[in-house]
Amino acid sequence: MPPAIDEVFHNESGRILASLIRLSGSFDLAEEALQDAFTQACQTWPEQGTPLNPAAWLLTTARRRLIDAVRRQRTRTDNAAALTHDILLRQESESPDMPTVLQDDRLRLIFTCCHPALNRDAQVALTLRTLGGLTTSEIARSFLVPEPTLAQRIVRAKNKIRDARIPYEVPTRDRLPERLASVQTVIYLIFNEGYASTSASSLVRGDLCGEALRLGRVLCELLPEDTENRGLLALMLLQDSRRNSRTGPNGELVTLEDQDRTLWNQTAIREALVLLPLSGGPYSLQALIAATHARAASPAQTDWRRIAALYQELLQQIPTAVVALNHAVAIAMAEGYEQGLELIDRIPELESYHLYHAARADLLRRLERPADAAAAYRRALTLVTNPIEREYLSRRLRQLAP
Amino acid sequence: MKYAMLIYTDQAAESSRTAEEQQAIMVGYHGFTTEVREKDLYKAGEALHPTTSATTVRVRDGRTVTTDGPFAETKEQLGGFYILDCKDLDEAIEYAAKIPGAAHGSVEVRPIVIW
Repeated sequence: MPPAIDEVFHNESGRILASLIRLSGSFDLAEEALQDAFTQACQTWPEQGTPLNPAAWLLTTARRRLIDAVRRQRTRTDNAAALTHDILLRQESESPDMPTVLQDDRLRLIFTCCHPALNRDAQVALTLRTLGGLTTSEIARSFLVPEPTLAQRIVRAKNKIRDARIPYEVPTRDRLPERLASVQTVIYLIFNEGYASTSASSLVRGDLCGEALRLGRVLCELLPEDTENRGLLALMLLQDSRRNSRTGPNGELVTLEDQDRTLWNQTAIREALVLLPLSGGPYSLQALIAATHARAASPAQTDWRRIAALYQELLQQIPTAVVALNHAVAIAMAEGYEQGLELIDRIPELESYHLYHAARADLLRRLERPADAAAAYRRALTLVTNPIEREYLSRRLRQLAP
Repeated sequence: MKYAMLIYTDQAAESSRTAEEQQAIMVGYHGFTTEVREKDLYKAGEALHPTTSATTVRVRDGRTVTTDGPFAETKEQLGGFYILDCKDLDEAIEYAAKIPGAAHGSVEVRPIVIW
């Protein structure tokens, strides 16, 4: 695909596909029609020039293909009942106001792809495939699964949508909170999959962060009144703003405290701060915590009291041991290492979690108890699996020894 | 679109219920059946005798082989079903959640094939 068309594909395919699915009632027919339209674009655009409104051109072309396909299917099967979606009628009743129509369709598509009746892996794959316009092989590489496995996952999900008739619509108000939570989870999962990776394939996986940000923006644009949508986007932007400072020149882990803050992406931070709600659900609170770090010019200027208070609030909403650990660390920084250590020791259920021991080790190191700190680092090292984190913990352990 | 709602419950637990508890569940099913009939969603619905009354039939090499009981030992057994005509899966899930068995067992929602 020529670069100009490739870009249009990446930016517009989700919108166009969403409309085509509504028109045809079929993911497969819609995908085929879109593919055909792009093939035609590859043939005509280089010669005749890119149309003024490429998205509209593609939609019109794909729609024509769709009508042909539906006609063919009708004569072949002669089973009118199977074609409950009369594309020709729908086309006539279509609003001429294209942008609004396209936006609504994308929202339907998000909710259908993230329907709780589909399993999480299927939701993620289908969202990236339809809304993100990623190919099956790109998604497979990003999630480190064999391509046939991923292809099968997508086929199964599309079949279930069709056979079980998962609705293609924005959920009603009473169902919206639960359904929106599912969409947010999928987007954040895509982001984390890209963010957590620092392996050889990090280039491909870094794209997942970009994709998650794009989906997060779409969600904010379509449902701006939901503060958690804004919280989620702000959280992702703030985490992503530190992308270039998280690792050193040799790929080694650099903790927040030691990061070169001049490398933080200020454009992303500014965008996040504007979006940020003042309170809200778990995503908003985590974003507020990240924003507090982002605002501190140096580690010493960090408002740890505010961070501890925000973790306290988060702990009430998500009373998990991992949140309790983060809260304890914030208390340690705000009120004293001893107080923090005391809180950490009250979370025994994290005994087999490497970051629990890493956090203990860090506080023991600050308290100048090197023997205890070394023991905690060693315990963390027996549990850690990520090689980059392992390298970091080993380095810390070496630094303790005089 | 027709959906089969297959109700799986723990038979062993059912036998240890008090008469009042059993009565409350029957009232629940009666209420549900009335509601889906009134809304014109109801196509069929039956309760099944316990799996102890079941006979499993297989034909192998032209011979009919019968086995006493269900083919598999599971914690929950198929105890009954409804067939409802719903708009889409969301509506089907909404009604499946109202079936009394969903509160202590589980309801499997399966779309019915249109030939």
